[in-house]
Amino acid sequence: MNKITLTEKSKVAASLLERIHELHNPEETVRFMEVCGTHTVAIFREGIRQMLPKGIELISGPGCPVCVTDQQYMDQALAYAAREDVVIATFGDMLKIPGTTGNLWQSKENGAHIEIIYSPMEVIGLSEQYPDKKIIFLGIGFETTIAVIAATIQAVHAKGLKNVFFLISHKLVPPALRALLSNPEHQIDGFLLPGHVSVIIGEQPYQFLADEYHMPSCIAGFDGVEILAAIVNLLEQRKEQTFYVGNTYRSVVAKTGNSVAQQLMDTLYEPSDDGWRGIGVLPASGLKLRGEWSAYDALVQLPLGTFTTSDGPKGCQCGSVIQGMIHPDACPLFGKLCTPEHPVGACMVSVEGSCSAWYKYGFSSGGMTWEE
Amino acid sequence: MCLAVPAQLVHINETIGTVELTGVQRECSLLLVPEAKIGDWLLVHAGCAVQIVDEEEARLTLEAFRELEELEQDYFNGKIESRS
Amino acid sequence: MERIRLVHGNGGKFSHELVDQYIVKYFSNPILNELHDGAVFPVTTGRMAMSTDSYVVTPHIFPGGNIGKLAVCGTVNDLAMMGAVPQYLSCGLILEEGLPISTLETVLQTMSDMAQLSGVSIVTGDTKVVEKGSVDGIYINTAGVGIVPDYVQLGTSYIESGMKVIISGTLGDHAIAVMGTRYGLDLPDTIQTDCAPLHKMAHKLLETFGKDIAFFRDPTRGGLATTLQEIANSAQKGIRLQESAIPIREEVQAVCQVLGYDPLYLANEGKMIAIVRADVADEVVQVMRTFTEGRDAVIIGDVVNGNAGKVGLQTAVGGIRLLDMLGEDQVPRIC
Repeated sequence: MNKITLTEKSKVAASLLERIHELHNPEETVRFMEVCGTHTVAIFREGIRQMLPKGIELISGPGCPVCVTDQQYMDQALAYAAREDVVIATFGDMLKIPGTTGNLWQSKENGAHIEIIYSPMEVIGLSEQYPDKKIIFLGIGFETTIAVIAATIQAVHAKGLKNVFFLISHKLVPPALRALLSNPEHQIDGFLLPGHVSVIIGEQPYQFLADEYHMPSCIAGFDGVEILAAIVNLLEQRKEQTFYVGNTYRSVVAKTGNSVAQQLMDTLYEPSDDGWRGIGVLPASGLKLRGEWSAYDALVQLPLGTFTTSDGPKGCQCGSVIQGMIHPDACPLFGKLCTPEHPVGACMVSVEGSCSAWYKYGFSSGGMTWEE
Repeated sequence: MCLAVPAQLVHINETIGTVELTGVQRECSLLLVPEAKIGDWLLVHAGCAVQIVDEEEARLTLEAFRELEELEQDYFNGKIESRS
Repeated sequence: MERIRLVHGNGGKFSHELVDQYIVKYFSNPILNELHDGAVFPVTTGRMAMSTDSYVVTPHIFPGGNIGKLAVCGTVNDLAMMGAVPQYLSCGLILEEGLPISTLETVLQTMSDMAQLSGVSIVTGDTKVVEKGSVDGIYINTAGVGIVPDYVQLGTSYIESGMKVIISGTLGDHAIAVMGTRYGLDLPDTIQTDCAPLHKMAHKLLETFGKDIAFFRDPTRGGLATTLQEIANSAQKGIRLQESAIPIREEVQAVCQVLGYDPLYLANEGKMIAIVRADVADEVVQVMRTFTEGRDAVIIGDVVNGNAGKVGLQTAVGGIRLLDMLGEDQVPRIC
């Protein structure tokens, strides 16, 4: 496949940056939110934030599924991990998220059987490897991952496996965007929309941003130039005052998304209210398994006794960070009590978390930034 | 939030495909892209293909980047339609 | 198949059998063959360097090498990075009960080959056997000593702004070869450990350029980013790298993309960083390129004024990314 070379990339980036300077009014401050955690990391990795003219700020939104997983969910996962008859299968990032009594790394060190997997499909192999155990997959994620988990449930069903269950906490991007904008104090002038979520859902679900909120938005890929191109697009929309869902990632994001995935998700799931760490419960912002698929629902098949879930850690500002109200370094814990090695809040836990990315790529113990 | 990489489909065994990226091979599920055929580039997320890369669009994107004038905006806001 | 038994470590007949039949067979030299509790060897005047390292890699055998190769090259390289000419090694083996003797022999054979290639003798050692499950097959500790020639003057205190940072070749090959085997990835044959002794190249550079070379270091665990961060910290200088100059194999990049790894944090076992005066930098690269292990050598950045203790990566799009030390281990991730 035809790919852009590093030399080309430098040239393209330089001209995109020039366009950004042309389009930006130096008198004003505009804030664009990148919704997706992979964007957050890409922006830091490529050093994009410092390249932009003064007055264009990028703020990191609630798009890291690990970061928005709430305390109650982690407590459920920890409760399952403590059971002798359970094998927990999970993506690596989940092990560090704090629950009320600890995290899954500690469970693992204390003998819990936890398998770190790369693909949800690996539960099929685990089911065969441990026929006497119950395999519970920690099914977190946004639309991209939901589609893959749905395909996994379908595959488990097709194989007739009886010992595989899913602890579901699926979250949807469009309702979260609506919630952000419905806060009258929001500071958002445009959205960099998540490329791989859009692969599944297409452009249409974001149309309300333009129609109802006159909000520029643009679907972006994850390369530095794709991100810069999307910023150009947002500035164009702002300048022309014509709003639509831009798309700089059309090689994989079709207008209508992936209809096979959408149908499968519709077959398996129904909308549900869902709790977001730091934001609270948002109506119809999640998905749960439909009744006819409850054979795979861990909470239905392996009910947990009641237990109390504590509030999040004291002083942690994850909620405000996720909503773009403050930069991570405005949190009193940031870089002091809360670091990637000893995270307090979930935004510091995941490598994609706003705080972790901010700490790792934009802030280090030696000082804040690179000075020319 | 979601890492995904393009890789080329080199082998199909029912719903399981083998994809290759510069010599590195991996298996991935084809359940979400039933129409994929050998030689297609697939976008793979967590062991599952989630889309077939539209190579014509990929080419146009690259072109739009290279030209960067009017064409770019028209392309990204959908005024230039590719074959579809 | 013959296997290691606990009695092979009890100090009695079986222990002697193991040493005589296998260890001496592969490592034989007049100093070792005394089979005393230690080694006695002649010394010259001047400075000596000493280093020790333990090797615990899983799996023991991976594309392009095995734990024995690491155990010799690793310590040889640690000495070479201090400017020493490596001379003598010790070898401590911790074996798990049940280890196939054929595996042990493969490892010992490789160690013997690597020692010969590095011009060192393994002159003393120790072997213990522990119960099944206490260790993973085989652990090796090697310690080494070497002579540091008078003209060598290496240390972070000699690093000055304006100097160039050179890497001897592509990054991440070793880590990906090992992880590929560990996670059962189907990798192309071109991904192999880069594990190799670097002392010849290091020595040639020091001989040729003397005090124009300020610092050597091999970016092993933690990768290039962590190692440079340590150097920047210790020297209290800034280091600026050019992303587009950093050599990474396409296929290594591909695995990193698939698994979500950052190649700048992956371990290397046959690469060295050299920090040298700018006016000799091009020549240093030319000399490195005359060695197989330095054929992809290239200048990747420079030491800068200001930004003390920081490593900044100038990205292809034109931004600066600060590189921190490796924190948690990299685990395969999706998000």
